[in-house]
Amino acid sequence: MSTMTYAGTAVDVDAEGFLLDHGQWNEQVAAEIATEAGIGELSERHWLVIDFMRKTYLESGAAPSIRTLGKVSGVPIKELYELFPKGPAKLAAKVAGIPKPRGCI
Amino acid sequence: MKRVAIIGGGTGGTLVANRLRRQHPAEALEIVVIDRDDRHVYQPGLLFVPFGLEDPDGIVRSRRAQLHAGIEFRQAEVDRVDTAASTVHLGDGESLDYDALVIASGAKLLYEETEGLRGAGWDESVFGFYSAADATALREALTGFERGHLVVNLVDMPIKCPVAPLEFCFLADWFLRERGVRDQVEITYVTPLDAAFTKPVAAEQLGGMLEQRGIGLETEFATGRIDGAEHRLVSWDEREVRFDLAVVIPLHGGAPFVERSPGLGDDLGFVAVDVRTLQSKVAPNVFAIGDAASLPTSKAGSATHFEAETLCANVERALDGQEPRGSYDGHVNCFIESGFHKALLIDFNYEVEPLPGRYPEAHLGPLPLLRESRLNHLGKLAFQPLYWHVLLPGREIPGVGAEMSMAGKHAPPEQGGQP
Repeated sequence: MSTMTYAGTAVDVDAEGFLLDHGQWNEQVAAEIATEAGIGELSERHWLVIDFMRKTYLESGAAPSIRTLGKVSGVPIKELYELFPKGPAKLAAKVAGIPKPRGCI
Repeated sequence: MKRVAIIGGGTGGTLVANRLRRQHPAEALEIVVIDRDDRHVYQPGLLFVPFGLEDPDGIVRSRRAQLHAGIEFRQAEVDRVDTAASTVHLGDGESLDYDALVIASGAKLLYEETEGLRGAGWDESVFGFYSAADATALREALTGFERGHLVVNLVDMPIKCPVAPLEFCFLADWFLRERGVRDQVEITYVTPLDAAFTKPVAAEQLGGMLEQRGIGLETEFATGRIDGAEHRLVSWDEREVRFDLAVVIPLHGGAPFVERSPGLGDDLGFVAVDVRTLQSKVAPNVFAIGDAASLPTSKAGSATHFEAETLCANVERALDGQEPRGSYDGHVNCFIESGFHKALLIDFNYEVEPLPGRYPEAHLGPLPLLRESRLNHLGKLAFQPLYWHVLLPGREIPGVGAEMSMAGKHAPPEQGGQP
């Protein structure tokens, strides 16, 4: 565990930079994580995904899979890859301040 | 008399039915196993079929015949489960009430979730090996394959037996070498993960084995569609991999009745259960085991086997109106075939990733962990008769405990081990 400072807020993160406590998250923190991850400025579409991720996590205790994101969030998978390149479920979770989706093995 | 209903007559369902039958006389407990067909496939055998090392008919037996006397086998589709009423609604309009329900309905291959997978080129240049029919079709194709690009593509996790795509690569390399055509064939493993495997220590070892064999590794490739006519895989971010022969492991999901049963499943149709007790999150008398359960461990027969101990005890507790006990630790072990009559063995759980060492005894082994050896290969072969004659009937496998042991494992320093 280590501590990072985003937008003047100290947050606890794991080895890969995922927030350990989603309660430490706010919109400015999200914006700075997004910049750091190379996503750039967050658009309305980004926020739609981020809000969906947080809502799902807070309700069910688990981050949604990319398949659920594509089916239920209102943002098609193809666009998810444009918004959050390479690994949308993983990257959106990081920006949304929730734990890394479990790599099921 | 109380009734336990079990949906699914595969590894988990059969093993649980037989264990419960041995513990409880038929006069005291009714046990009903429901499955839509009577074909029990020894799924680890599917990997060998494409290489002519296993006969597809030799790995299928009757489900009914694996169940002890005094267990009712009911061949029917399941429409849905009404957990509030403790009733299973069957596809034929009948229904079955239960005192405890065990969901062991496995994972389903969702070909249709990937655009083009079963379109142009399917069974011509695009194949699978996760079903007996797919593996058999691939065998025909591989027999005549002598040059070009062989691509093995994992579409997304979770899948059954997460090491099987890698084993397929290793066996393909061996198979092509034996036939003297390996230098005319390029092999690439295309995965959405950022490495050859999910867990770091094993990923490094397995990635190294791909490299040694000259097998290419394309990571972070999320397959969006398969264009069989043009012989290419296209990722969601428009990367492209061309192939002459593609072996695709399709997306997996839970049984369709799970989605038709409100609250029962997660977003992929796997049954949402407590990871330690295997009890459903919606009903105290419902449990899930094996591939059907949404657990952060491998979907593998060994996991199912280790889960059975916890599950059977908790079914008994539920029948007695008691709280379940959380004793499953996520334990899995798998042999990984690496070709040339060798295999690796990995042994891990929720907390401990696959590590090098010896198994099951610290110094005596005799099986080395995370290292290729002939003995592990013999272990893998020996497992098939054990499966039918020891595991399914619900007997113990000597020396193999349900709970993972750290004895014999070498943990990296950052995980508290000695360097």
